[in-house]
Amino acid sequence: MADIAQQDGVPAMAGGLAETMDRLRRSSEYVVIPLFALVVAGLIFSLFLFALGQSPAMFFSLLWKGGFGTGFSWQNTLVRAAPLILTALCVAIPARLGLVIIGGEGALVLGAFTGAVASIPLVNAGAPPFLVLGAMLVTSVATGAVWIGIVGALRHYRGINETIASLLMSYIAIAIMNFFVEGALRDPGNPNKPSTQPIGEANMIGEVPGLGVHWGLPVGIVVAILLWVLMNRTTFGFAARVTGGNVRAARAQGLPVGKLIVTACAIAGACAGLAGFFEVAAIQGKANASLAAGYGFTGILVAFLARQNPIAIVPVAIFLGGIAAAGGLIQRRMGMPDATVQVLQGLMFVVLLVSETLYGRLPFFRAKGDRR
Amino acid sequence: MNETDIGFWGVPLAMFAGAIRVSTPFLFVSLGECLTEKSGRINLGLEGTLVFGAMAGYAVAYLSGSPWLGVLAAGISGCFFGALHGYICKLPKVNDIAIGIAMMLFGTGLAFFFGKPFIQPQAPHLPSISLGGWSSLPQVQSALEINPLFFIGVLLAVVMWWAFKNTRWGLIVRMTGDSAAAARAMGYSVDLVRFLATTVGGFFAGVGGAFLSLYYPGAWSEGLSSGQGLMAVALVIFARWNPLACFGAALLFGAAGALGPALQSVGITQGYYFFNAAPYLLTLFIMIASVSPKRSLKGAPGELSITK
Repeated sequence: MADIAQQDGVPAMAGGLAETMDRLRRSSEYVVIPLFALVVAGLIFSLFLFALGQSPAMFFSLLWKGGFGTGFSWQNTLVRAAPLILTALCVAIPARLGLVIIGGEGALVLGAFTGAVASIPLVNAGAPPFLVLGAMLVTSVATGAVWIGIVGALRHYRGINETIASLLMSYIAIAIMNFFVEGALRDPGNPNKPSTQPIGEANMIGEVPGLGVHWGLPVGIVVAILLWVLMNRTTFGFAARVTGGNVRAARAQGLPVGKLIVTACAIAGACAGLAGFFEVAAIQGKANASLAAGYGFTGILVAFLARQNPIAIVPVAIFLGGIAAAGGLIQRRMGMPDATVQVLQGLMFVVLLVSETLYGRLPFFRAKGDRR
Repeated sequence: MNETDIGFWGVPLAMFAGAIRVSTPFLFVSLGECLTEKSGRINLGLEGTLVFGAMAGYAVAYLSGSPWLGVLAAGISGCFFGALHGYICKLPKVNDIAIGIAMMLFGTGLAFFFGKPFIQPQAPHLPSISLGGWSSLPQVQSALEINPLFFIGVLLAVVMWWAFKNTRWGLIVRMTGDSAAAARAMGYSVDLVRFLATTVGGFFAGVGGAFLSLYYPGAWSEGLSSGQGLMAVALVIFARWNPLACFGAALLFGAAGALGPALQSVGITQGYYFFNAAPYLLTLFIMIASVSPKRSLKGAPGELSITK
């Protein structure tokens, strides 16, 4: 998968400034190439728009305006970035072990659903908000962890390809939610759209004061930082990266490969479940079909753009959240379908993966004296 | 109680008819995937190809008035996606699974983008062949209305099975899939063989998509495909890369997919959404039952990243 051996800024002990600069120049490859890929994707998309008789200049200015231009659009962007950070972590953590998990959507939906269900008896019993939210949080996170943990276990103990299994599990998760939301757990008070019973205004999570964004965003950022520390500064992370680099070497070293895989998958699922918790507790207020809004799939792109680095995920999620937020404005002003953003994202993804071929080939980023 | 009411016999009958109807796209996509995987590469993007093929087929059929032209257009559009995948994968350090995911998102996005104006209009359907004239029961007659694409798919499976064994081309594809070094030593271009195999595989997947939009369910909508393209990948593993087994597996998947609607047709609507999940559960259980971490699978192409 992605190049695991990232240059995570271990400062040069000896050699001073020149060596630090040299290190910086070499590690800048991991920033320059993805940015270059984004620019190329933008150019190809401009040609695409041009061929359709639309103005690329207008598109990109609307993209800017709708995503980052005003305080309101920033708010909109950050609200979308919050679940993207968490679903991208769901891809990035297993990726360090060489697993491609694309079932974050299912873990998000199922986590959100079980969280909403857990709230029902407590809400009916008149429990205080902290109890309701606490129960929801635990249920959502645990559900997500188990759901993706199963994928990891299937991978390790049965040798089942995790990419296919996770996507299948995603469809199953959405079907489970629909089954209950349309049937046994349907709220009779809401005849128009099948949903579970609302958790109630009083139990909703509020906004971060002064930011206009719910608490999912700061929590997501903190989780991203914690996971960066876990993956880069702990024995667990080291063992996980060794496993991702070479499973046989990891086994020869006596590393518990199975445990590492299942744990990493469970952590990944927990992140997606957490995203689901915030979608219910801070935005929707109940579980219904609109939870499957594609955050899990955009999260895959976020993780790949960030090169599976948990900290890099934060700015990339904000960037893609901005693109998604601008979708509505572009749709209205340019009369283009809502799938426009999807086309742009898909194109970015393809070009980004093509750009992987450039790593190690550009002389500028090589160490001095390296004449391969 | 009238004479044409066949009660719960309607369930197996509807499942049989449904299996044939629902299995056709599975059959085409899995044959395409089988060809690609035999050459040593995996294309997870066939889901996107399928959706785009469904859209392109429907649009062309609507604009030209000919459903068969639509099928052709769907196949050609599938070729483009396959060719793109095949070309990108030959670049060094590019991962075929990741590209597949990207192509899945890209293909679906493009299909939704261009498909917006075609959601409302009604395109001409593919004609079907009636084989039920001998029965007086309307249920049997409607169950035996079979689309010619089904027969083409069956024929294709047989031809592919035969060709893999008995032709020079089949041997080249299998050799490339089993050992790139051997193919290179024999003077064949591994990249070219895989490129062509992925392109032709894309054609089949596109045709499978056209079946969805032009016959059953028979209209273009954004929720048309629900992972058939991806399930086909699992199906090929289950079928052990044997085109004839792909046909059997596709029928099995078709029957699982037809379970929900079949039960609904006799009035059991309870758990409709649950039965909708049947094909996914079946795929998962089949993979659990048929894959083992200890040994490599019989018939698996040696170069395939997914089985390594």
